[in-house]
Amino acid sequence: MSEIETLRADFLSKIKDINNKQDLDNIKTELFGKNGKITSLFKNIGKIEADKKKDFASNLNSLKNDLLSEINKISSELEIKEINSKLKNEKIDITLPVRNYVEGKIHPVSQVIDEISSIFSEIGFSVEEGPDVENEYNNFTALNTPDNHPARDMHDTFYLNNEKELLLRTHTSPVQIRTMIKDKPPFKIIAPGRTYRSDSDQTHAPMFHQVEGLHIDKNINMAHLKGCLNYFIKEFFEVKKIKMRFRPSHFPFTEPSAEVDIGYEIKDGKIIIGEGDKWLEILGCGMVHPNVLKNVKIDTKKFQGYAFGIGIDRLAMLKYGINDLRAFFECDYRWLNHFGFDPLDVPTNYRGLSR
Amino acid sequence: MKITTNWLKDHLDTKFKENQIINKLTEIGLEVESINSESNDLDNFVVAKILKAEKHPNADRLKVCDVDIGLKESIKVVCGAPNAKKDLLTIYAPPGSTIPKNQMKLTISKIRGVTSFGMLCSESELNLSEESEGIIELSSNKFQTKIGKSYFQKNNINVIDLSITPNRPDCLGVRGIARDLAAAGSGKLKNIKTTKLKKNNKQKINIKITKEKNQGCKAFGSCTITNVKNCESPDWLKEKIISLGQKPISAIVDITNYIMFDLNRPLHAYDVDKIDKEIIVRNSKKGEVFKALDNKEYKLENDMCVITDHSGVLGLGGIIGGTRSGTELDTKNILIEAAYFEPRSIRKTSKILNIDTDAKFRFERGIDPLSIEQGLQKAAELIKKICGGEISKFNIKKNENIKKNLIKFNPLSFEKVTGFNINQKEMIKILKNLGFDIKKDKKFLILIPPSWRPDIVQEIDIIEELARIKGYDQIKIIEPEKIRKKETLNYSQKLFHFLQRSIATKGYLEAITWSFTDSKINHLFIEEKKLVQIVNPISSDLNVLRNSIFSNLIIYLNKNLDRGFKDISLFEIGPIFYGSQPGEQETVISGLKCGKISRSNWLEKERLVDVFDVKKDVIQTLAEAGFSKNKLYIDDKTPNYFHPGKSGRIFLNKEKEKVVAYFGEIHPNILKKIDIKTEALMGFEIFIDNIKKTKKSLNDQKKQYKYSDYQKSERDFAFVIDQNFNVQDLIEIILNVDQKLIKTVKVFDVYQGENIPEGKKSIALNVTIQSSEKTLNDQDLDRINQLIISSVETKTGAKIRS
Repeated sequence: MSEIETLRADFLSKIKDINNKQDLDNIKTELFGKNGKITSLFKNIGKIEADKKKDFASNLNSLKNDLLSEINKISSELEIKEINSKLKNEKIDITLPVRNYVEGKIHPVSQVIDEISSIFSEIGFSVEEGPDVENEYNNFTALNTPDNHPARDMHDTFYLNNEKELLLRTHTSPVQIRTMIKDKPPFKIIAPGRTYRSDSDQTHAPMFHQVEGLHIDKNINMAHLKGCLNYFIKEFFEVKKIKMRFRPSHFPFTEPSAEVDIGYEIKDGKIIIGEGDKWLEILGCGMVHPNVLKNVKIDTKKFQGYAFGIGIDRLAMLKYGINDLRAFFECDYRWLNHFGFDPLDVPTNYRGLSR
Repeated sequence: MKITTNWLKDHLDTKFKENQIINKLTEIGLEVESINSESNDLDNFVVAKILKAEKHPNADRLKVCDVDIGLKESIKVVCGAPNAKKDLLTIYAPPGSTIPKNQMKLTISKIRGVTSFGMLCSESELNLSEESEGIIELSSNKFQTKIGKSYFQKNNINVIDLSITPNRPDCLGVRGIARDLAAAGSGKLKNIKTTKLKKNNKQKINIKITKEKNQGCKAFGSCTITNVKNCESPDWLKEKIISLGQKPISAIVDITNYIMFDLNRPLHAYDVDKIDKEIIVRNSKKGEVFKALDNKEYKLENDMCVITDHSGVLGLGGIIGGTRSGTELDTKNILIEAAYFEPRSIRKTSKILNIDTDAKFRFERGIDPLSIEQGLQKAAELIKKICGGEISKFNIKKNENIKKNLIKFNPLSFEKVTGFNINQKEMIKILKNLGFDIKKDKKFLILIPPSWRPDIVQEIDIIEELARIKGYDQIKIIEPEKIRKKETLNYSQKLFHFLQRSIATKGYLEAITWSFTDSKINHLFIEEKKLVQIVNPISSDLNVLRNSIFSNLIIYLNKNLDRGFKDISLFEIGPIFYGSQPGEQETVISGLKCGKISRSNWLEKERLVDVFDVKKDVIQTLAEAGFSKNKLYIDDKTPNYFHPGKSGRIFLNKEKEKVVAYFGEIHPNILKKIDIKTEALMGFEIFIDNIKKTKKSLNDQKKQYKYSDYQKSERDFAFVIDQNFNVQDLIEIILNVDQKLIKTVKVFDVYQGENIPEGKKSIALNVTIQSSEKTLNDQDLDRINQLIISSVETKTGAKIRS
C-alpha cells in the first residue's frame, strides 16, 4: 500500500472516532498544519520522479479533498451536537407567566354610542351636540312645553338658579332647537349625550344617556320614521327580523307621537330580542310638532319631519345583558372589566358592530 | 287611571272580551301599564262563628275564642275585640294570610302564653271601612249557612291600570275611555240615563265669583240638598270605590268620588250649616291660613283661587277642601259644588303649596267646562236615592263664556303627515264618534272639537286623532336611503373618539361618573374656576357641577382601593363646568393611575408608578393623534392639586398658546384629606377643546418620504450642567446644531452626587448622526462632535465631562 493510501485509511478511521472539536482541530493540524502530514507531502511533490509526479499529485489531492470533506462533515456534526446539548441546558419552563400587562376598556355606554353613530351614519345622519346646562326655553318652552304644561312634571329637573331659568337638560331634545336655529333645513342629525333628572332609585339614575334623532325635509312622513327606526333596531340588535309596534302616545314636541315597543322573550334566563309575545318599550318618537318648527322659524308649509329619543343606557343593558342601571356609574373595577370593550373593537359597518 | 271592564260596561255596549279591550286600549294610546286581579289571597278569609269566648288567663283585655271555621274541629284564636262573644259571626284570617291593611303576614304565635291560630278581623283590617273598633259582625241570617266559606266573592275582577298622557284629561274618567273605545270600533257608547228631579227650592246660599285679575275660577255651579241622611254607601258603590284601591268613607263623599272617576267631573260637598252666610270665590291674600282635609295647615300666597265665606277660607278651588265645612255622617244639609278652574291657576297654586290630589290632577289638565250641570245632576240623583233629601234648583255662575274653537281641516293633510290614507267617510265617522261637530266646506271639514278635549286646537291634532283611532299599524315602512351628504363626525368629535380609545389602549378602564360631585371634594380641584351649585341636588354630596373630573374619579378610585384593588388605572372623558350658563363647559379626558408596575412578577422588579408613566401615556396619545412629539413643549407650571415638583403641562408648540394637558403626581395633601391609601397616585388631564383643528390634514403635514442608506454613527456625550436647566432645552440645542445630520438625541443617564459639583447634574446623551448624501468620515464626525460640545457649552454654561 502506498503512503497515501495508508494515510487515507489511517486518518479516515481516526476522524470517524472523534467526538470533540479539540481532537478534530488537532487532527486538522496534524494533517494540514505547517508541518502537517499532507502539507509535507505537498512540499515533497517536487522531489518525485517526473513520470510518477502526476499520479502522485492527483492521488494526494484526492486524499486532501476526502479528508477535508470528512473533517468538515464531522465538524458540522459536532457543531450540531454542541448546539443541541447547549439548547438542552437552556430549557426553561415555558408555562411561567408573562410580564404584567394591563388591558384598557371602553365603557359600554361609549361603545353603544359608537354603535348607534355607526348605524345612523350609514343612512345619512350626522352627529350634533349641545351643552349639558340648558336654559328653560330650549329645554321646555321651545319644545312646546310651556310653563303650565303638566308634562313638565314628568321631568324632575335639576335647576342651577332659583329663577329656574338655568337647568341641566332633562333630555337631548334641546339639541334639536339649537341645530334648527343655527342652520337651515334640511336636517338629518342624531345627538347623543348626557341627560339629567332628579330621581334616583333602582331603575333611575340622576344622570343617564339619550340619543336624539331629527330628520326634517320636504315630505318626510311617518312611514319614513317607521322605516328609519325599523332599520336602526334591526341593525343595533344585529337581527334579520324584528317585531316592532308603534303605539300612540304623547310628547308635547311631537304630534302624532308614538312609543315604540319591540317583541322579546326570555329563553334560559336570557332575553331574546325580536321574537316572542312580550313587548318592551324602547323609545319615543313622532312627527315634529308644528309649534316647535314655528318656534325655530321653519316654514311648516314647506318642511316637516320626525324626531325620536332613545335611552342609550337601556339599549346597552338590553343588548349586553346588564341588569342594573346604577352599576353603569359606580366605576367598580370588576364591572368595568367585565362589561367594558376592548378599545380596538371600534364598531364599524364593514367589520360589524359587535363580536 | 284605574278601571275595571265592569265599570267600563256602564258606558260601553260591547261584545269584546277583556283581553281584546286591553289590547285595543294600548293600540289607541291609552297604555295599559298593569293588570292586577284583586288579590286571590283574600280567598283565605272565611266566615267563622265564635263558639266560646273566655277571658285570657294572663290578660284582662284579651279573650280566647273557640272558633268554628267549617272544619271538624274548632280552633283557638286569641282576640282583643270587646265585641267578641259567643255565637258571633265574623271573618277569620288563617295563619299564612296577609292582612290587607298593613300587609302583615300572619303566623301561629303565642300571645301571652296562649297559642293563637290566626286572627279575627275588623273592617278596617280588611280595608272594608275605617271601622277599627271590634271585629266584623256579620248578619246571622245571611251568613249562618256560609261558615267556612270564603267571605269575599271569588272575584276575578281585573283592575286595569292605564297610563293616561297629560293631554287626555277626558280619559281620567271611565266614560272618556269608553268613548275612545267606541270610536275605535270596540262597541257602542251608551247614552247617560237621567231621571227627572224635582227641584222646587231655590239654592239658598248666595254664590259670588269676584271679578279680579288672575281669577282662577271661570264657573261655579252648585245646588243644595237639604235633609239628607248621610250613611254608609251601598255595596255596589263601595265595590266601585274599593276596586280603584280607595277607601269608602260615606255615601256623600263616595258619590262625589264616584262621579269624578266615572265622568271626570270633580265635585265638592260642603256642609251648608257650616258655611258663614255666603260663598265668595276670590283670590287669596298673602298670609291667609286654612286647614285642609289632609289635616295640614296651609299658609297661602297672593292670588290663589279660594272658596271662602264670611269667616275665611273654606277650600282651595279645585285642589282640596277644608276641614271646617267638610261633610260628616251627621251632616243634614249639603251644597254640591261643580266648578271650572283654570289649569294654569291650579298648577301654580299646587306647585307652591306642594299639594297633589285627584281633583288637582284633573283640573290641571283641563276639565270639560260644560260638564257642570251633568255633574250636579248625577250627584243629586244619587244622593237623593241613597241619602234622601230635597234638591234645590241648580245655580250656575259663570265668569266668562266658553269659546268654541273652529278648526279648518284639510283631509289631504292626513296622508301628507302619516303616509297613509283614510277615506273621508271614515274620517267623519271617527271624528263624530269622538264627539266632534262636523260641517263640510268644499274641500275642507270645519270641525268643532268636543268641550272635553282641551288638547285639540289645530289641524295636526285632528291628524293625530284619526291616526290613533285608525291604528298606527296602518303606517307603512319606507326603507331609509343610504346616502350621506354630510360627514358624520366633525373634527373635535373625531378627536374625542380617537383620544378616548387611545387612552384605553394604554391600560386605562373607562369610567362614566356623574357630571355633579361633592362640593367638598370639588373644592380640592376648583382652582380659579367658578363654583356651579345645583339648587335642588339629589343629595348633599352631589351638590355642585364638577369643575374637574378628578373629584369623582378620585372618589371612585378610592372605592376600588377599598375593594382590595391596588394597581388601578381609570379614566373618564366628559364635560367639566366653569360657569352656569349654557356652553360654559369643556371636554376633558382625565386619568388616574395608582399602585405599582410589575407587581409580584417573577420576571421583573416591581416599582411604583411614577410621573413618567403618565407623561408617557399623554405624550404617546398626543403623538398617536398626530401631534409631533418633537414639537410638544413642556414646562412645570401646574395646578395646586399636583405635586409642585413632579408635574408638568404640555403645549402643542413652543408658543405656549393653550395648555393641552397636565400630568403629574397628585399632591400628597389631597391624598391625606380624602384619606386615600395607595403607594403612589399619578394623574393627567387632556383638554380636548384646546386642541384646535390643524390647517393641514394629517396627510398633508407629512414631509415627502425620504430615507438615507448611508451609514449611521452614534456618539455619546455627558454634560455637567446646572441642575435647574431643562433637558428639553438641551436636546433642542443639540438638534439645532445640524438639523440635517443629527437624527435623534436620547438621554440615557441623569446623575447627581459624587464627583458632580453641588447644584449641577450630569446628563448623558446618545446622539445619532447620519447624512443623506454620503457616508461620514472621521473628520466629519469630529467636526460635528466639536460643534455639539461648543454649542452646548456656550449656550448653557455646561461642561463636557471628560
